[in-house]
Amino acid sequence: MPDYKHTRQGYADALIELAAEIPELVVLDADVAKATKTCDFEKQYPERFFNCGTAEQNELSVAAGLALSGMLPFAATFAMFATMRAADQLRNSIAYPNLNVKIGVSHAGITTGGDGASHQACEDLAVTRALPHMTILVPGDYEEARMATHAAARMQGPVYLRTGRDKYPVVPDIHGEFVIGKGKCLREGRDITLISTGIMVSETLAAAELLEKEGVSTRVLHLPTLKPLDETLILEAAKETGKLITVEEHSIIGGLGEAVSSFVAGLCPVPVLRIGVKDRFGQSGTASDLLDYYGLRAINIVEAAHQLLKLKLPPFWFERPS
Amino acid sequence: MTDMQKYTPSGNETVSREPKWDPGEIQRLQERALQIRRDILTMVHGANSGHVGGSLSATDIVTALYFQAMRHDPGRPRDPDRDRFVLSKGHCTPVLYAALAQSGYFPQSDLESFRRLGSHLQGHPYSAKTPGVDASTGTLGLGLSTACGIALAGKIRSAEYHVFVLCGDGEQQEGQIWEAAMFAHKYKLGNLIAFTDRNRLQTDGNTEDVMPLDPLVDKWRAFGWSSWEIDGHDYSTILSSIEAAKRNENDKPKMIILNTVKGKGVPFMEGGAEWHGTPPNTEQYQRAMEALTHA
Repeated sequence: MPDYKHTRQGYADALIELAAEIPELVVLDADVAKATKTCDFEKQYPERFFNCGTAEQNELSVAAGLALSGMLPFAATFAMFATMRAADQLRNSIAYPNLNVKIGVSHAGITTGGDGASHQACEDLAVTRALPHMTILVPGDYEEARMATHAAARMQGPVYLRTGRDKYPVVPDIHGEFVIGKGKCLREGRDITLISTGIMVSETLAAAELLEKEGVSTRVLHLPTLKPLDETLILEAAKETGKLITVEEHSIIGGLGEAVSSFVAGLCPVPVLRIGVKDRFGQSGTASDLLDYYGLRAINIVEAAHQLLKLKLPPFWFERPS
Repeated sequence: MTDMQKYTPSGNETVSREPKWDPGEIQRLQERALQIRRDILTMVHGANSGHVGGSLSATDIVTALYFQAMRHDPGRPRDPDRDRFVLSKGHCTPVLYAALAQSGYFPQSDLESFRRLGSHLQGHPYSAKTPGVDASTGTLGLGLSTACGIALAGKIRSAEYHVFVLCGDGEQQEGQIWEAAMFAHKYKLGNLIAFTDRNRLQTDGNTEDVMPLDPLVDKWRAFGWSSWEIDGHDYSTILSSIEAAKRNENDKPKMIILNTVKGKGVPFMEGGAEWHGTPPNTEQYQRAMEALTHA
């Protein structure tokens, strides 16, 4: 059994590490510091922590003002509030003027669990992907969240960094160097490629194991940066394996699945099946029950792979390497 | 004790009413304002789009800030110690751009490109492009919060600058304004000096018909701000109020309600909601310019 750790804790721990090195770093929260774990930062750096109350719109515009004045603000709240309650502020105060604000959110996706659909942001990646200037990081486990936070602090410009509420499996395979814009090839394969982002990496790797046992040579890519997309890695996989499956804890509309599909459609049109929340709202339940119910398990990925492998494909315009 | 008395905090600044300002100085500002009003008309007429009425009602406060009260240097638009100005009623870019051009942030001729493709003079303020624009605004309510962030950074860094922000009155129907109001009070942003351009008109008509705002001073005081109202076209009162606000006797953010006239300076535009976002045609433009010849 793997270890389980909170991705949000990776974000919060990194903030404390960074604060020692970057005196301009300040943290904002909106009355969810205990949930986003920025309460740890508050304990250590009370004079650099600002609780805005339940007022996320103000929080994001205040962060913009801080960035305009040379500070490095990390604004924490839930994914739902940052991208939809405060969508205008995210767009007009931060993304449009390309300000150096980092929006670090927790409680993304259905694994938010018991709170139900009102708090389970499955559209946040669609919103943020559509914003010019925005960099989007979706780490897969605690350690990757920690590294992603460090990388976000080191780059200029707005970053949306997505973590979840639950404890998620620790995946040592993804702990190599974190470079924004670069995906990771976790497993080589020739017949099909599985592409994960965020916490779906563990289910995706499990699916690859099952497929390999059936004799399907399965490549696995992990994309902790959703924007800018690692097009080189995806194009290679499309050309060399000819079949793609995307896996994300987000709506199949607007997230990883659509990013990969629209990219390959232009340069190397191969079939893509999208695993994700299928244009539905979530509901209350345990994270584990919800992953089962919404079909975000290894077995669902394997089923999609079977479907794809059975597909009678027309001859391609490109030559697959033999 | 009435509720209102309970809410009204003591320690609001007293604004000296004695005429301490040099009449020559006032005259100089009035002449500057006249030039700015003429630029506003020319820009909006030239672009055949833009907001005249609210730019004209805000001209006197913007003139007082850029040509008397603010510490700024057009040669160093990113000086970290400069006073900042945030136009929270972002649609009134004509008055801001005219003031910036006349201050020397960019050539006066740039004003001709207002709202045109490729221009740095966007319809709403864009800090990434326009020299001297301290914050991007546009959708209402953003600017006051952004100003709070700039003021907070000033306090964190023990910087001496002031942050001036101009809000619309209709804008205060946005919930975000009151989120910012609470924030500025909590963090004792005494370096934040806000103004409301209280011209009582918004796109769809009189503010009190569209969504009542009165009593505005009481609202701001109830939120923990120092607030008072003045004639927004009277330079000695404006300057005295800014001076009082800068003294910052109580560490409270300040909200000065400027009673103004929408379309101020152009008689046929004064008090008309129809001049919120409608550009003048050429005949109207010429009549307006004829009215704007003497300070």
